[in-house]
Amino acid sequence: MVDVTPADAVPPAEVAEMELYHPHSWWTKYVFSQDAKVIAIQYSATATAIGMVALVLSWMMRLQLGFPGTFDFITPEAYYQFITMHGMIMVIYLLTALFLGGFGNYLIPLMVGARDMVFPYVNMLSYWIYLLAVLVLVSSFFAPGGPTGAGWTLYPPQAIMTGTPGGQDWGIMLMLVSLILFIIGFTMGGLNYVVTVLQGRTRGMTLMRMPLTVWGIFTATVMALLAFPALFVACVMMLFDRALGTSFFMPAIVEMGEQLQHGGGSPILFQHLFWFFGHPEVYIVALPAFGIVSDLISTHARKNIFGYRMMVWAIVGIGALSFIVWAHHMYVSGMHPYFGFFFATTTLIIAIPTAIKVYNWVLTLWRGDIHLTIPMLFALAFIVTFVNGGLTGLFLGNVVVDVPLSDTMFVVAHFHMVMGVAPILVIFGAIYHWYPKVTGRMLNEAMGQFHFWVTFLGAYLIFFPMHYIGLMGVPRRYNELTDMTVMTESAHNLNSFISIMAFLVGFAQVVFLFNLIWSIRHGREAGGNPWRATTLEWQTAETPPAHGNFGKELPIVYRWAYDYSVPGAKEDFIPQNMPGSSREPA
Amino acid sequence: MAIALVLVLVVVGSVLFHFLSPWWWTPIASNWDYIDNTIIITFWITGVVFAAVVLFMAYCVFRFRHREGNQAAYEPENKRLEWWLTIVTAIGVTAMLVPGLFVWNQFVSVPSDATVVEVVGQQWQWSFRLPGKDGKLGTSDTRNVSAENPLGVIAGDPNGQDDVVVEAADLHLPVGKPVKMLLRSIDVLHDFYVPEFRAKMDMIPGSVTYFWFTPTKTGTFQVLCAELCGQGHPLMNGVVMVDTQEDYLAWLGEQQTFAQLSAPQQVGSAE
Repeated sequence: MVDVTPADAVPPAEVAEMELYHPHSWWTKYVFSQDAKVIAIQYSATATAIGMVALVLSWMMRLQLGFPGTFDFITPEAYYQFITMHGMIMVIYLLTALFLGGFGNYLIPLMVGARDMVFPYVNMLSYWIYLLAVLVLVSSFFAPGGPTGAGWTLYPPQAIMTGTPGGQDWGIMLMLVSLILFIIGFTMGGLNYVVTVLQGRTRGMTLMRMPLTVWGIFTATVMALLAFPALFVACVMMLFDRALGTSFFMPAIVEMGEQLQHGGGSPILFQHLFWFFGHPEVYIVALPAFGIVSDLISTHARKNIFGYRMMVWAIVGIGALSFIVWAHHMYVSGMHPYFGFFFATTTLIIAIPTAIKVYNWVLTLWRGDIHLTIPMLFALAFIVTFVNGGLTGLFLGNVVVDVPLSDTMFVVAHFHMVMGVAPILVIFGAIYHWYPKVTGRMLNEAMGQFHFWVTFLGAYLIFFPMHYIGLMGVPRRYNELTDMTVMTESAHNLNSFISIMAFLVGFAQVVFLFNLIWSIRHGREAGGNPWRATTLEWQTAETPPAHGNFGKELPIVYRWAYDYSVPGAKEDFIPQNMPGSSREPA
Repeated sequence: MAIALVLVLVVVGSVLFHFLSPWWWTPIASNWDYIDNTIIITFWITGVVFAAVVLFMAYCVFRFRHREGNQAAYEPENKRLEWWLTIVTAIGVTAMLVPGLFVWNQFVSVPSDATVVEVVGQQWQWSFRLPGKDGKLGTSDTRNVSAENPLGVIAGDPNGQDDVVVEAADLHLPVGKPVKMLLRSIDVLHDFYVPEFRAKMDMIPGSVTYFWFTPTKTGTFQVLCAELCGQGHPLMNGVVMVDTQEDYLAWLGEQQTFAQLSAPQQVGSAE
């Protein structure tokens, strides 16, 4: 079933090694750095900082939902501003930035055996424009009228009208400008990631030898480069509608008895553009998580990933299919009802490659040698929450089932489980896994155990019961549930319980942040390869890796990334740059 | 080891929660029990898959946990197994999709005997319009909306004169008669949603959208807006009362037509 690849099948170097920019001062080394690893840390720190803002915003909305009428400062306007900023920050400025800008920058060059990204200067610009986008976003909290409260989907016409917070103030404009900046910055980074994977791999690193982490980030980046332009266009058009009085998305409207000077635009056009970006976006977050979790499971179960080639094709297949499912977010939008047949079919088809990935993760555990390290615990928790959230996607993707559930708390529970909790659990697992490479020290185990158990069980207890509140018929985006006949007394109590869990899970993140800082100095020394892993980032001469990643000589790759527990081998792992024969599938 | 036990508890707890907790859908009051049935099918299929995957994981974690001297198996691929799993998954997906599309076809095919009711959303209230004796609604245009003509009915259209206009008040429907809800908005997106009817649809300014259903129970039901429409969104409640035919006709007799409502204003505008 598996062929034997000749060990010396390594092509000669085709091009001379790239000349790296050598920084001369502290500023160019640590601030305006062109080293992908420094840029990765800058991206990650910024994303974490803005993510903490989003976490606090989620506490505010849970205070309101769990204990209605208790907190006067959470006005309806403020509530809508909180949910909008929470959603947008989490999806774009935290998850996308952290997976692609953070993990992508750190891991791609190291894992494919490159000295750096191929365009280091553009890579540096990418981060600074991202930071500018974040600052513009944050500035909207201090602008007249506050940030936009249009919901993270920013649906017009309400997004730019007076009935919505920030609609006729600065809020929506700053939001749109920030998104435009983000997309510009991301494109600079994204081109780097794609070209580095395609052109910057070291000798012997064929595409089918790349770790799945790289496959996940690479595919997600290609998707993002194709999907973000749709959002870019939508933002520019809405900015024109708001600032110049055009009518791309604005039909004839009577607002509070007054005829507006708009006419002829299409609100639903915005939804198509938004979701043409928005659905791939779900997978832009999910695919890096898929890739990373595959490597975590394989490494910590000491077993090759099961069905590597199927895993690669599943990633690519999901990426391609995700561009023809967008309107499943719009089943009750009023678009032509016959679209429902097409989009329900494509949406349920995408469940098949996704299910294959899940099977292959659990089959990797089968007959493994499972080390229950913190990264492994997070990987297991990811599978539970991802399967749970993925399966509820089969409710919402199946057009007629979506009709009663759409726009209810069921949707909120579903997407938090599948693209909130699940990818974030992978992020945590990945940080516990790669922190030793970044800092040279291990994260504290006791704090890690506390962080894991509270986060996993707490998040499950938040979002699993929430589905049933939606099933009762409770719509999302209500700051007031008290006048609703379908809300029972016991459901109000359940809401209070969910809120308390949310505060608890948030507190565990504070412990995690403390661990990140504390362990830089006090963590146990890690050595170069504490997990005894095969991939190239663990084989660097120095830990943390110096500028240029590898010492004098770039590594040469002789095998795939999953030679764990090879029968007859001295140790239970063989690094990718170890000469000798491999039994990789080919 | 704790994790294996917790994984089992997650499955057991989730299943018990599903069957024993008091939180479940509100009793249905329309013909769309087909939708409820599709949800039940989906719950069963997805529930079995969830339990199977997580319990299998729990077993693996318990059985193959690291102990001194253990070595993992080396098995990169197993084509047979991978194909079998793909086929079984495809069958499961089809078992959900086919009934789903079948019911969707019913949902989008309005019966020819359905009567028409127009719902107009605006920040933040519901209004309604019912056709008069001619059974036809007059045309409308947002540009015509004014204090005197809140729904923007075109005055020159004879079909519109006998339309019954219910501004910012309760809607009544006769029980057992299919009804096509024509949905319109004059400002932002809204969504006409009655949890007991299981149906909902967005309303888009500039377009007319629709859904149909047959009310099957008399009673009073709350209308909720299910599409974010600004800061008054949660306050946008309404009431639908499903009446017996008798009560319905009595209510209808008390309502005013467009012609009646606009008569005094026409005198005024002649000045």
